[in-house]
Amino acid sequence: MSGHISVQGLHIDLGGAPVLRQDALDIAPGEFVCLLGPSGCGKSTLLGALAGHLVPTAGKLTVDGQPIAGPHPERGLVFQQHTLFPWKSVLANVAFGLKMKGVPRAERERQAQELLALVGLEGFERRYPRELSGGMQQRVEIARVLINHPRVLLMDEPFGALDALTRVRMQQLLLDVWARVRTTVVFVTHDIDEALFLADRVLVMGPRPGRVIEDLRPGFARPRPADLVTDPRFVALKRHCLELLHPHTEAAERPRFTPLGAPVAATLRFAI
Amino acid sequence: MAHSSSSSSAQAAHLALRAAAVLGCLLLWHLLVVQRANLGLVTFANVPPPAEVLASARDFALSPKLWPHLASSLQRVGLGFGLAAVAGVLLGLLIGRLPWVRDVLLPPLEVARPIPAVAWIPLAILMFPSSEGSMVFITFVGALFPILLSTIHGVEAVDPRLVASARSLGTRRWRLFAEVIAPGALPSIVTGLSIGMGTCWFCLVTAEMIAGQYGIGYHTWESYTLQNYADIVVGMLLIGLLGMGSSALIRAVGRWAMPWCRPQGAHA
Repeated sequence: MSGHISVQGLHIDLGGAPVLRQDALDIAPGEFVCLLGPSGCGKSTLLGALAGHLVPTAGKLTVDGQPIAGPHPERGLVFQQHTLFPWKSVLANVAFGLKMKGVPRAERERQAQELLALVGLEGFERRYPRELSGGMQQRVEIARVLINHPRVLLMDEPFGALDALTRVRMQQLLLDVWARVRTTVVFVTHDIDEALFLADRVLVMGPRPGRVIEDLRPGFARPRPADLVTDPRFVALKRHCLELLHPHTEAAERPRFTPLGAPVAATLRFAI
Repeated sequence: MAHSSSSSSAQAAHLALRAAAVLGCLLLWHLLVVQRANLGLVTFANVPPPAEVLASARDFALSPKLWPHLASSLQRVGLGFGLAAVAGVLLGLLIGRLPWVRDVLLPPLEVARPIPAVAWIPLAILMFPSSEGSMVFITFVGALFPILLSTIHGVEAVDPRLVASARSLGTRRWRLFAEVIAPGALPSIVTGLSIGMGTCWFCLVTAEMIAGQYGIGYHTWESYTLQNYADIVVGMLLIGLLGMGSSALIRAVGRWAMPWCRPQGAHA
């Protein structure tokens, strides 16, 4: 099985300020890891470096022993707001990765159909992204990334913009999909429930500079029922996380960065 | 039902008002001319009345000269605009995306841009052995800059996250242009094309008045020198119609090429 991520002595500075300092970190193949932390703790920055959109200031980042040099289809990235191409139909969006690999049209559309079925979107092939709801758009986004059979699936608060009910449904759907494709997942969130519900392993991050301050393995059996969040063990772990993330007074003033390294406010202007 | 009938009667009222406005203008024109109104700064003594213009328009529509004039103008606009569209969009995509192309090409273009296309006429006549070439060149210059600038603007406005996603999905340099940059900039490009089409007609008519032998602009100017004053207005109206028609054509092509861009609120 592939998808082993290794981090060694990683330093990332943005705009001259140290954003991330991570000594050693290993993520096993097929593991579902959540990066949990407050805004501005460097979790999206770490994700951007894994995606290849940010070049580390120092240190080593490898996937299956290969150093990360730029973006690659084997490391799929999903943003908080969808980045589907507005001018392509849902089917063409999902098939896009295969088009770039030169797969013939009939074959890539067949595979795209399969992935749309996997995320429960049969019958929406000919729609344009703007005709779908936010949850459906993120499902298309996930299907588009999965068509490349990535070793690693990188997700930057992918359900953060959805309403609470849709979010819970999407978490369940993601676990169902992951049960079938078993790729390594690195999932960034600041929602403790989401992290504990989804992950094999929760890496709690602290700010200034960003680094992992706690490595938790919730160990709940899969498949996980929706009412897991009321389990006493779940509640106990949640309390522990709350203590770790206890808000610092200056936390709100820390600049946030996207996986592309730009301050969040600057990219929001372009959000569709 | 009551709602739809009331909205359709409101629409009829709008249409009636608009038609009345046009008729009112025609009536004012007629009255000013038959009264030989002299307002000091401007006089209507030599202006042909609407009825005379209508008669001239009918004669011109039936005359064998109509098609040569029309065909020459359309051909010049087609050539000048077509070349400007190709050059403007290609250069705009490159300048908008590649810093070194921007550094090399943008400074000379910025110097040339404020020069009105009409100011190129004397030099164009010297540079091109045929007057045909000089007129096409003038229309080209007129259409180029609106198209170029809108394309650059469109490229710069493409969401960087879309580019990042495309690269994560395995898109390499040149395919990025075809798959992401060009379609992302397309709404802006279409806007540039329709503005360019407007300036194109403006420049063509001016160039034809000076250098032409056939063409609607030439016909308008020739009518003045031959003192067929009604034909001047026929030429003017024809230019207006052609400009309107070509803009509508651009908009229709834009809608066809961008099925994903529908007016706000139109989607279910």
